[in-house]
Amino acid sequence: MYALADCNNFYASCERVFEPNLEGKPVIVLSNNDGCVIARSEESKKLGFKVGDPIFKLKDCVRKHNVIVRSSNFALYGDMSRRVMQTIRLFSPDVEVYSIDEAFIQLDGLHGRNYEEEMRRMRATILRWTGIPVSIGIGKTKTLAKLANHYAKKNIETGGVAKIGEHPDEMLKTVEVGDIWGIGRQWSKKLRNMGVQTAFDLCQLAPDNIRQSFNIVAMKTAMELHGQKHFAFEQSPEQRKTLLRSRSFANPVTSWQELSEAIASHVTSAAEKLRNESLVSKVLRIFFHTSLFSHTDPHHSAHATVEFTSSTNVTHTIIKEALRLAEPLYKKGFKYKRAGIYLLELSSGSAQKCLFETQEEQVRDKQMMTVLDAINTSMGKGTLHFASTGFTKVMSMRQLQKSPQYTTHWDELPTCVCGLQ
Amino acid sequence: MVKELRLPLVGGRVEAGFPSPADDFIERSIDLNEQMVTNPIATFFVRASGRSMQGAGIHDGDLLVVDRSVHPKHGSVVIAIIDGGLTVKRLRKRDAQALLVPEPNEVDQGAYGSIEVGPDTDAIIWGVVTWSVHNLQCTH
Repeated sequence: MYALADCNNFYASCERVFEPNLEGKPVIVLSNNDGCVIARSEESKKLGFKVGDPIFKLKDCVRKHNVIVRSSNFALYGDMSRRVMQTIRLFSPDVEVYSIDEAFIQLDGLHGRNYEEEMRRMRATILRWTGIPVSIGIGKTKTLAKLANHYAKKNIETGGVAKIGEHPDEMLKTVEVGDIWGIGRQWSKKLRNMGVQTAFDLCQLAPDNIRQSFNIVAMKTAMELHGQKHFAFEQSPEQRKTLLRSRSFANPVTSWQELSEAIASHVTSAAEKLRNESLVSKVLRIFFHTSLFSHTDPHHSAHATVEFTSSTNVTHTIIKEALRLAEPLYKKGFKYKRAGIYLLELSSGSAQKCLFETQEEQVRDKQMMTVLDAINTSMGKGTLHFASTGFTKVMSMRQLQKSPQYTTHWDELPTCVCGLQ
Repeated sequence: MVKELRLPLVGGRVEAGFPSPADDFIERSIDLNEQMVTNPIATFFVRASGRSMQGAGIHDGDLLVVDRSVHPKHGSVVIAIIDGGLTVKRLRKRDAQALLVPEPNEVDQGAYGSIEVGPDTDAIIWGVVTWSVHNLQCTH
């Protein structure tokens, strides 16, 4: 059995934890440089705001409905995401972080316990500890868990947790094909033309037919709806949303030299993977920590998140940022046991245009990566790699309505009032 | 989120003359977080502003350690959501009623009022203040 835990309107929820007066109000969060909408609260979804809408077109609507506008604050979102994921890990050790706000949980390890009860307890704990509301779907396969999650979100009487059990038909009938995991907009259009409206309808098609009309992934998706496992952990019918590279050190690492090399090599491997899959990443998160189990050595755990000025898969750009984040966090005298990086907010295609980068720079970077990948493919992984650990200036972004970095900066802590009401 | 404060405990004794080479080996260090942060996942730092809790030892500008996983009890100092903002108060529970009480020093007695809240404090209480860190070097 799998569960999928998905934070409700994650970015807007993060803003609300520290600004409770935003509760019940329409909130939208903008992309870097305040270009377009990337996240919405339930209220702004109802007002018709769409992800990707450029903000300049929405000015009137924003004013008319008193919509709260926030610039993206990835230092905050990254830290809140970490808290949510760590809480989830207390309930099950087998967790696949699927995106900044979603995780699959392997439930089979919770021997004999009532999965639904356990997930309700987890939901309450996450809400209490972090302030973030999550919806949880439980099912035999990842696709069913995802579907149950969708159901839990849409139906408040579930209390945020829904299980798709032995008799799934009723629930399958309520979910439109377009809302099934891995069925994109084009497929759902084609399916509708074939008379397939709901997940239940899709289950009625013969697998071979689906394979012929679509492809093997669509067929696997349909079979997952029948309760047959086809997507294991770390496998999905969709383009990945996060990329994790981490490793425990065979021998504890104490020097910055070794630690920075480990981080750089994780970045190198992750960026290669991104280019291989034609993806770019917008958010980088680094972490390293000492052994969690040692009683004799002092503990230190560090993590930090940064948003790139423009989405990238260029190795040296990511290394530069990763080391810039990690260096001030490194502390001498600790025995580090593990280091790693997450690339988050992945999207396909070429990097978004950046105001501060010249076109020549972009072309040059792209050529350089092509050469690098070509050499490493033909002569073996790591033949050509970066020795550079130099830093360059950090470019500033236009982020006029950014909330404070409440949880990661001493001078931006939330304030509580000791005063008159 | 959690900043390190590591204070070395050095093994050697202070002596005149040449320093012992053993002093270079720090035996162990202690971390203030170990004392003040029991559940890092649920712990947030909040800055206090105002004078209504001076009687409880919370001064303007103090750093509060807030643990959201601690169950608020009668007598807990809590961060509560009042009028959409974060406020710090003492929680007093009596039967089915809960009261959020300010705790100013003698001079300000009577300047601040208590707030009555229903028995369901879950939605109102943001977290329990477990520590207040007051800087003795600066005067507010």
